[in-house]
Amino acid sequence: MNQYFYPRSELRATIANLPIHAERNSGLSSVREHEKGNSRQSGALALSGISLSFGGVTALSEIDLNIVSGEIRSIIGPNGAGKSSLINIISGVYRPDSGHIRINGHTYQKVPTHQLARLGIARTFQNLALFKGLSVLDNVKISRVHHSRATFLEQITGLGRARREETDSLNRSNAIIDFLDLGDVRHSLAGTLSYGLQKRVELARALVAEPKILLLDEPMAGMTPADKQDLTGFIRAARDQFGTTVVLIEHDIGVVMGLSDRIAVLDYGRKIADGTPAEVRSNQAVIDAYMGIDHEENPTGGSN
Amino acid sequence: MDTVTVRKAPGHWPWIAPLLVLATAYGVIPFIGTSYLFEAILTPFLALSLAGLGLNILTGYAGQLSLGSAAFLAVGAFGAFNFNLRVQGLPLIVSIVLAGISAALIGIVFGLPSLRLKGFYLAISTLAAQFFVQWALTKFGWFSNNSPSGVIDAPPLTIFGISFEGAVGRYLFALTIVTIFTLFAWRFVNTRTGHHFIAVRDNELAAKVIGIPVLRTKLLAFAISSFIIGVAGVLWAFAYLRTVETGGFNLDRSFQIVFIIIIGGLATIRGSFFGAALIVIFPLILSRLGQLFLGDIFNSGVLEMSQRIVLGALIILFLIVEPNGLVSLWDRLRKKPLRLSRIKTIN
Amino acid sequence: MDGFDWIFFSEVLIGGLLAGVMYSLVAIGFVLIYKTSGVFNFAQGAMVLFAALTFVSLVERGISFPLALIATFAVMILLGLAIERTVLRPLVNKPPITLFMATLGLSYILEGGAQLLWGTQVHALDLGIEDTPLEISGMLISKFDLIAAGISAGMVALLSIFFRYTRTGLAFRAVADDTFAAIAVGLRLPRIWGAVWAAAGLVAIVAGLIWGARLGVQFSLSLVVLKALPVLVLGGFDSIPGVIVGGLIIGALEKLAEVYIGPYFGGGIESWFAYVIALAFLLARPVGLFGQRPVERA
Repeated sequence: MNQYFYPRSELRATIANLPIHAERNSGLSSVREHEKGNSRQSGALALSGISLSFGGVTALSEIDLNIVSGEIRSIIGPNGAGKSSLINIISGVYRPDSGHIRINGHTYQKVPTHQLARLGIARTFQNLALFKGLSVLDNVKISRVHHSRATFLEQITGLGRARREETDSLNRSNAIIDFLDLGDVRHSLAGTLSYGLQKRVELARALVAEPKILLLDEPMAGMTPADKQDLTGFIRAARDQFGTTVVLIEHDIGVVMGLSDRIAVLDYGRKIADGTPAEVRSNQAVIDAYMGIDHEENPTGGSN
Repeated sequence: MDTVTVRKAPGHWPWIAPLLVLATAYGVIPFIGTSYLFEAILTPFLALSLAGLGLNILTGYAGQLSLGSAAFLAVGAFGAFNFNLRVQGLPLIVSIVLAGISAALIGIVFGLPSLRLKGFYLAISTLAAQFFVQWALTKFGWFSNNSPSGVIDAPPLTIFGISFEGAVGRYLFALTIVTIFTLFAWRFVNTRTGHHFIAVRDNELAAKVIGIPVLRTKLLAFAISSFIIGVAGVLWAFAYLRTVETGGFNLDRSFQIVFIIIIGGLATIRGSFFGAALIVIFPLILSRLGQLFLGDIFNSGVLEMSQRIVLGALIILFLIVEPNGLVSLWDRLRKKPLRLSRIKTIN
Repeated sequence: MDGFDWIFFSEVLIGGLLAGVMYSLVAIGFVLIYKTSGVFNFAQGAMVLFAALTFVSLVERGISFPLALIATFAVMILLGLAIERTVLRPLVNKPPITLFMATLGLSYILEGGAQLLWGTQVHALDLGIEDTPLEISGMLISKFDLIAAGISAGMVALLSIFFRYTRTGLAFRAVADDTFAAIAVGLRLPRIWGAVWAAAGLVAIVAGLIWGARLGVQFSLSLVVLKALPVLVLGGFDSIPGVIVGGLIIGALEKLAEVYIGPYFGGGIESWFAYVIALAFLLARPVGLFGQRPVERA
């Protein structure tokens, strides 16, 4: 099973030769290594007692989830189990009815969405959420917003900090675009790309922000097996190269089992299991809940 | 090989075409145009283009539909008039800038609902600006210097000691201001903040998640747009009509500016000019055609009504057939000869 | 509070409420179309003008009142069907803003067309209702307003019953609730949309006659749309009860403000005051009068 999900060897070689990789090793990733060493076991992100309902319909009840720095943590469950709601709570799109969220030592009742990027969290969306009227490059570049300090005047004249920042974000964006094999469509409008490519642009947009935590909401939905294999490689590489913590919602059990360090299983808004892929696979509650997933799973993606 | 170079040319020198247009506008037209051309066509065209440009930044780029543009035209016109009248010795250019700032501030106030409202709800709330400003300017005589008719003469156009008099002078005045703002807009939409506008338009939630200050971006869009429309109002009153009056800044004018950007092309700089050109020229053509075929039956009342009908039909036609406006039609027409020449080279 | 004229206050309030019912009547035309097809029909005001102008012109040409009414009904139904066919069907699945723009264009065509056809002069419209004040427990209430409000209320009730209890009404509601499901069970959308536009045409006639008798039949009649918009913002684009209550609130507050606050501003504030009410309310309560938090479940 495993060999299917490993990235192709040439992909690994490409990633290893990336300029961004070198830059990371010299600067930022040394900080990461340090963090990793110290806080491997501490929670990068912790949810406790999270409940959410919509007009009397319970979406989540009493969810506790502790996500450790640097892990790839998957959240799975049948359709309507509340997986996307969980991501939406972590990213502040929804306010939970009760419970709180702890991110990097700060506790929130509702995560402030506009500060998400500054908190080091980036996410992708289940349904595509690209800026269709911008090119792929601009879609990615724009995600450097919280690194930008240039004033309005500097931007209009293209002088001072604006120029330096522009060069910097251009280089980083190009590196990520190459990293995700998007070079050919760099200047295409995002709205004109195929579904699979748009998904990948979303990943690029999330990665360029150098997030500590990356939330992926069904990144594989609607992808061909080859695309899935590539994307699996990219996600693993993102974690391995940049030390990013990954929270992954995915329907493709094969992908999840091969990629995750730990897996939390939701069913009807409750967490029914939480552990390593092996533990989860042998968990009776999970097996029961999943008796239905084969026919509930939608091969063309869509909503869960 | 050749065709490839030709095809890429516009991308490599995007400034060539605008530069040629500018050279013609400054170097050729002033010497060959008639005063009818300047007064009835070019000057109103420039003022409306600028208004379209302003609205396009808000609606085309930032995705916030406004039905109250005429209010900001009015604020600009009355603002410049009053600054010029009441502050002794204030250069006209400063009056114009202050008028733009006044329009921007009022734009921010009426843009505040955009923080909570979207789509139609927002569009309707911008009508509040339209009616409130129109009411305030009519109700308080102070704004029109207590002129009994409410119609006031615009001051002479003198900037840095240069007097822009006569039809050609006023045309050049308008042309210069429009050129400056077009350059600004063209730069702006390619800056990071310009991209923020598009991001907020295309997906507000995603924009918020990646850290774009959505609320500030929307208010900035209202401010910049209203500033430009305000200055367009100055051109409309000072360079075109030569009078300042509330009558012309009504709801129909607001719709006209919306039509300009729809017919021309949303979220394009050129679109505002294309749209304005059509809006200015089609009534003239219609009136000529009407007189030609219908003679005396085609009086001013009939003309006005048929203008409304044709304008409405044009809007619907464009929405159905060419939703990206004249700009995309133009681009297609320009590519066609290229495609033909490529076929020729292959042959 | 000494010396406060409660009788006068009540007169103003009731006058406002009666006017409000008439606002609701126009607003309901919007709701009908918005609910079933998601189109925000700015041309509703132009339809009101078109209907009133057609009717009054027929009457002026010596056609009897009932006959003119029937003819106008026929014209409006045909008009509704034609609009659906030529303007909206080619734009199906386009963004709502595009559809809105199309109806803006449509309003220009209708306004121009109606006046080109029937002329631009002001027509008086006499429905045979005297505009004499009635005295009810000390208050003077306009008889015309009372009857107009009664007719409007009747129309509103009729539409509600139609929506709730008839087969066609049920089909309308099915389309409004879930377009895809409605198609799946075999409802034919173009036919329903055609029917909705025809129904909106009928509402336009009633509104046109009442407003026309009040204001005279002229171009400004199409501006009643501008009175209905704040009502829609307040009540919600898709809620019939919302626009009824919204109309009452706006009608009442507008009249009260005009009488009690207006003089401090030099009067004439009714052109924008309704918008300010609607906006202030919406800023405090974004979901509108009867709005609910949408059910989302992922």
